[in-house]
Amino acid sequence: MADTLRIGSAAGFSGDRTDAARPVVDTLIASGGPSVLIFETLAERTLALAQLARQSNPQAGYEPLLDEMLGPVLADCLQHCIRIVSNFGAANPRAAALRIRELAAQQCSRPPRIAVITGDDVSGADQRQLLLECLGDAATGIEIASANAYLGAEAIADALREGADVVVTGRVADPSLTVGPAMAHFGWAADDWDRLARATMAGHLLECGAQVCGGYYADPGIKDVPDLADVGYPIAEIDADGDCILVKAAGTGGCLDEHTVKEQLLYELHDPSAYLTPDVTADITEATVTRLGVDRVRLSGVRGHARPATLKVNVFHQHGWLAEGEISYAGRGAESRARLAADILRRRLAACGPLRADLIGVSSVFGDDAGRWLAAQPAGDARDVRLRVALNHADRAMAEKLTREVTALYTCGPAGGGGVRTGLRARLGTLSCSVPRSLAQPVLEFIE
Amino acid sequence: MNETIQVPLYRAAHGRTGDKGNRSNISVIAWHPSLYDSLVAQVTEAAVGTLFAHRRPSRVSRYLLPRLHAMNFVLDDVLDGGVNDALNLDSHGKALSFLLLELPVVLPASLAPLLKNPH
Repeated sequence: MADTLRIGSAAGFSGDRTDAARPVVDTLIASGGPSVLIFETLAERTLALAQLARQSNPQAGYEPLLDEMLGPVLADCLQHCIRIVSNFGAANPRAAALRIRELAAQQCSRPPRIAVITGDDVSGADQRQLLLECLGDAATGIEIASANAYLGAEAIADALREGADVVVTGRVADPSLTVGPAMAHFGWAADDWDRLARATMAGHLLECGAQVCGGYYADPGIKDVPDLADVGYPIAEIDADGDCILVKAAGTGGCLDEHTVKEQLLYELHDPSAYLTPDVTADITEATVTRLGVDRVRLSGVRGHARPATLKVNVFHQHGWLAEGEISYAGRGAESRARLAADILRRRLAACGPLRADLIGVSSVFGDDAGRWLAAQPAGDARDVRLRVALNHADRAMAEKLTREVTALYTCGPAGGGGVRTGLRARLGTLSCSVPRSLAQPVLEFIE
Repeated sequence: MNETIQVPLYRAAHGRTGDKGNRSNISVIAWHPSLYDSLVAQVTEAAVGTLFAHRRPSRVSRYLLPRLHAMNFVLDDVLDGGVNDALNLDSHGKALSFLLLELPVVLPASLAPLLKNPH
């Protein structure tokens, strides 16, 4: 029987369903053979928020739902030798590892060997000068909240070769969660570009969880998905050449066919001949997607080229305040009353900079912040409209004026406005740059 | 013999939007391989640029993936700064594929049985 590594995905972002892992683990156990469970929980902004959480509590800064995600399956994974690999360490991988050790002590018959990978944080004083040089003029005057490099698969592979049951990372490229286990299992070299590229695209299909299994796909009448409420998460069956067959956890809803796979394959991709990760430059221009049977799809034909010389770094910085407010109008003349309220707010808030106004129920999504789209829509007679306004301002007090002016519409605005909601929150801005690999060296340690 | 029909793109193709920073990518994937060439001829960079003109794209690039019967559109600077700056409720631009998929396309009538939602 051909050697196959099964990698199951149990989370596609921080905030994903925490009951996703169970059916994936059950399927991996039933399949037998070597397998890995990955959780991808680190969107671009998630890490910056985790860094801020760690600043206020040194024990925090890792995935807040760690217990809920991992707790239900940790004992089974250890018992059945299903390795766990995740970036749920976020801004504090070591604290996450210590928490996993506690969970295991409560639940498991043996203590797991837990690997912690750090080195992605490049915000430290030692790295600051070089980081600022790489950012260039864009960094002038910013207050850095976090700066993390996207590390690759090699340290994950090292950890698994050294016997890790659980690998906890901070920022790594999402597909590297899949490439690392495949490198370790099949013994691929770090410059085996074609195989690394194939595993990278398998990882790309896994990294958003249910999105390849009918999640984020349904469009009733056009794209019908069975039992979406219980949508399943994917498993990649990877062979020694890196080609993969995607399947879905047994007994779950959703669907997996050539169309769901193609949508996810192109998700967040730019030039399909050069998908850049720390591990490889993947090329899908000759890739093919073939449905082999019910919820069973093969991806093949992916090629690889040498990895980029540099690593990508995302820097988050304090970026002023976002103020939002909403009020509803209903019945005859609702749209014209909502439009009048928007005009009032534009005038009252003229000193606060550009104001975005949306008429929810008429037009609130496709339009641009400058309002060109909304201005081009002829005024109608919608009978159920929610006005929503928003502005950014560097100064909290100026942003707050919006919340007060929206509230004041209760007595000073058009007739019949109701349901005011307002919000004010700090924003994080982001900058990206490329840095030499030497700036972010992975550090691997074990917590027994 | 040369009868044609005009349909919205969503009947001939599907797609999903992704974002990185201030850049949006939208896939357009033919429901059937036989529909692909007509879509390549009509769903052009210029046509997509016109649909999104109100968002002032600095560049629209189309990448063809004939083996997948798919295209990938990359629209630069259309997200009002992206998730960290935009005032839009949908600051990722997640809904934008549904704007693109309303583009009218003209197809040979003989391809009608391959379209979604024939009624």
